[in-house]
Amino acid sequence: MTRDISRRTFLKGGLAAAGALTASSLPLPSSVKGASDQELATLIDIRKCIGCEACVEACKEVNESKFPEPEQPFPRMYPSRVKVSDWSDRRDEVDRLTPYNWLFIQEATVTVNGREETYTIPRRCMHCQNPPCADLCPWGAARKLKNGITRIDADICLGGAKCAKVCPWHIPQRQTGVGLYLDIFPGFAGNGVMYKCDRCYNRIAEGKLPACIEVCPEHVQKIGPRDEIVKEAHAIAEEINGYIYGEKENGGTNTIYVSPVPFDLLNAGIEKGPGRPGLQPVADSMAHADNLAKAMVIAPMAGIAAAAGKFIATAKKATRLKEENQ
Amino acid sequence: MTSMAQASGVGTKWLKRFYVFLFAVMAFTGFGQMPIFKRYYISDIPGLGWSADFYKTHYIHYLGGAVLLGLLAYLIVDYLLTGRRRYCLTASAWARIVLLGGIVITGIFRVLKNLPDVVFSPGFTMLIDIAHLGFMMAYLLAGLIFLIFKSRWTTGLDD
Repeated sequence: MTRDISRRTFLKGGLAAAGALTASSLPLPSSVKGASDQELATLIDIRKCIGCEACVEACKEVNESKFPEPEQPFPRMYPSRVKVSDWSDRRDEVDRLTPYNWLFIQEATVTVNGREETYTIPRRCMHCQNPPCADLCPWGAARKLKNGITRIDADICLGGAKCAKVCPWHIPQRQTGVGLYLDIFPGFAGNGVMYKCDRCYNRIAEGKLPACIEVCPEHVQKIGPRDEIVKEAHAIAEEINGYIYGEKENGGTNTIYVSPVPFDLLNAGIEKGPGRPGLQPVADSMAHADNLAKAMVIAPMAGIAAAAGKFIATAKKATRLKEENQ
Repeated sequence: MTSMAQASGVGTKWLKRFYVFLFAVMAFTGFGQMPIFKRYYISDIPGLGWSADFYKTHYIHYLGGAVLLGLLAYLIVDYLLTGRRRYCLTASAWARIVLLGGIVITGIFRVLKNLPDVVFSPGFTMLIDIAHLGFMMAYLLAGLIFLIFKSRWTTGLDD
């Protein structure tokens, strides 16, 4: 942990210094702030979930105004390999993630100590601490908020689905025929808008709970500062001799699952595929960016050293030439 | 001073070629951050299958960014120590430097944003995303115009 913090501090300090070389007169905007202290995480205790889907219904109800209302017919797409994604006539589908269903209940049947057991697991966006969907979105449509929520701005998203491709769980889902791309080059760029759980960011801003947490009759989920949630997850795991998922996955997420059975068993026992994410181990997708950012701090120093070395060598050579000419 | 000039200036041709190659790689992998290479069959070209992998293009873009920062630091210091005594920068060079500065500064902010515990406001994030692309497009356009009009980066002090 200490090593991790010092590495990040080094990276931030070094990059800031490198930036200052070229932009010393540019003030940092006040909106640039560290987010760690304010991040909220959710704890999902799998033991408590009875699969009643009250959370799924509540999610659909409170987020209905955010759901896409696509214009038909859809623009003709070029080239023809670009396929439309239309869920508008399947709005009631609840057994997977769709643009109209941001949370679903995944069922896992596992055999533990020779006995078959079934678990139901609420699945939605993990809200990663360093989300590749937001880091790699070319327009800034997918973004992480200071409170740890990762959301996609439907007014800006062009529906290129890059976020879904780089997400280790392939969470965002596309709806064609809606969004900004219709006003730009609808046939040639973009293909709709990507949708996923925004952890009821607007309700949280009003001091309310996310709908899925509020309506759950079994209190499966809770939300709080991440360090407290992680501490509680560990306390439960220790108490039940259980397992945790989401704390370290993809470098850390703001959705922490606690289970009495190992997650590799649950992962093997669930149906996976489009809109049905797995529970597999996930390495930090953005680790390469951290490491190469370090190289970006060192590279200018190497460049300066090389130029200074060349200057000294040239000066020596010039002196020698001068002496030879005399 | 003449002796200094004679002793310096070695390898400039190779440096220029490397800069052009580096910038071509940066432009290609930069545009590859948009989901267009697969859509428009670029990744179907034999040998370019990797260009549809966003993580690979991102890795190469970052690596190129580190090399570019090193190269720019070298060129700036080299110019200040010896180059400015032998040649001066043309107006077209200054135009390119301004655009290059825009690319580098927005790129640094983009890298900062991708660090684990750094969050920028949505508006600022979008601004740096679009400005980075805008500066690059302007740089390429300026480079094309200057190539057509044969505007060089430098001119000798005696010219």
